[in-house]
Amino acid sequence: MLTKRIIACLDVRDGRVVKGVQFIDIVDAGDPATQAARHAREGADEIVLLDITATHEGRSTLLDTVRRTARELFVPFCVGGGIASAKDAEQVFEAGADKVSVNSAALKDPMLIDAIGRSFGAQAVVVAIDARRDPQAADPVRDAQVFVQGGRKPAGRRVVEWAREAEDRGAGEILLTSMNSDGMRTGFDCELTAAVSEAVGIPVIASGGAGTVEHFVNVFSRGKADAALAASIFHFGVSSARSLKEELARAGVSVRLPC
Amino acid sequence: MRVTVIDYKAGNLTSVLKALRHVGAEAEVTDGDLKLIETAERIVLPGVGHFAATQRLDATGLTPAIRAAIARGVPFLGICVGMQWLYAGSSEAPEQPGLAHFAESCARFPESNQKVPHVGWNSLEVRKNSRLLAGVEPGEFVYFTHSYKAPVTADTAAITHYIEPFASAVERANVMGVQFHPEKSGATGLKILRNFLSWKEKRTEC
Repeated sequence: MLTKRIIACLDVRDGRVVKGVQFIDIVDAGDPATQAARHAREGADEIVLLDITATHEGRSTLLDTVRRTARELFVPFCVGGGIASAKDAEQVFEAGADKVSVNSAALKDPMLIDAIGRSFGAQAVVVAIDARRDPQAADPVRDAQVFVQGGRKPAGRRVVEWAREAEDRGAGEILLTSMNSDGMRTGFDCELTAAVSEAVGIPVIASGGAGTVEHFVNVFSRGKADAALAASIFHFGVSSARSLKEELARAGVSVRLPC
Repeated sequence: MRVTVIDYKAGNLTSVLKALRHVGAEAEVTDGDLKLIETAERIVLPGVGHFAATQRLDATGLTPAIRAAIARGVPFLGICVGMQWLYAGSSEAPEQPGLAHFAESCARFPESNQKVPHVGWNSLEVRKNSRLLAGVEPGEFVYFTHSYKAPVTADTAAITHYIEPFASAVERANVMGVQFHPEKSGATGLKILRNFLSWKEKRTEC
């Protein structure tokens, strides 16, 4: 039986893992390679490294970080942040990533999804969507808006509609982050996740808001997510993928337990 | 143990090379040097992406070279599209023939309410006589990412259930294939690669 995936996310800036709360406070949470290896050992099904370095000089640091992290990692490894061209993607693949996630650059030039998919296969393209509900809208879920630039700027697209276009262009997966919930540990946005998951035929990874085991149970059942991403819950020894999965299994969620 | 890994510009070789080296293989890469196939001790054909990419194997003359190596008894492992290539073909690229070592063809998952591609960790029902999957216990999982799959036949070494049962591994003598990615399947995947490296021809006692 296909299991629900628990994905450990490392936000990386200048070669160090950091964690923000609603994209603001930044706390140092260690070395990416060490953290990735630890999460994989403890049963994370996949590692996502999101580079939030804003500067151009950061690119070479990122490739070095990817190379170091990939060296002894034998689970799927996705890298995102600042990938603006098929060439950027190629460099990241050569450094050892299995997938890239694209976000702002794909909104600016949707053909980027087609281009990476054609060269590296749909399985290698994850389209990341930063979503924010519009509390003024008649239907906050259906009208949820896509945001760019770390959540500062609306992209002028509706979330569900953009997810569909990404699929049509050859994305292999959608990584959906609820900006309302991100870093708050109050639970995933299950309604929005379900709306996207039902609208597309490709897997949807839910992100933003993980705080308790119950949050994961909910996003897999009510939220119809195929995978869930967690960052802050795994840092500083708050929880481990192993203990999370053991509890999920007890709650009846099909997961891969580490050997 | 020397392993010749074939680069046909389909997906990412890095992960496969890294995993093979991790389990002690001396891995070399070729994208068309037929000499390397003639002297190969073991061959791995990786691959993610589109079945049409295997056209390059025909264009570079690798297809007959691999066929000859297999006939010599060289252990061969196809991964993902590399496994599908062992069959007669795939509906993903009907104009492109496979090696036809196995007579059947690969097809897309049928329409259902479940998602395609099949992405994530799924389990294996291992057939008792599989040497490639020796030591893989119930409750172990491997990583898949694919939309096309091979049918279950007498040569199937493991069955996985998603939408319908399909062949997640195939094995006949020295020719083996896995639909999943052993290089991305943690400790279980590395164990399978070790099995491939230690695979020896069974000699019939006289």
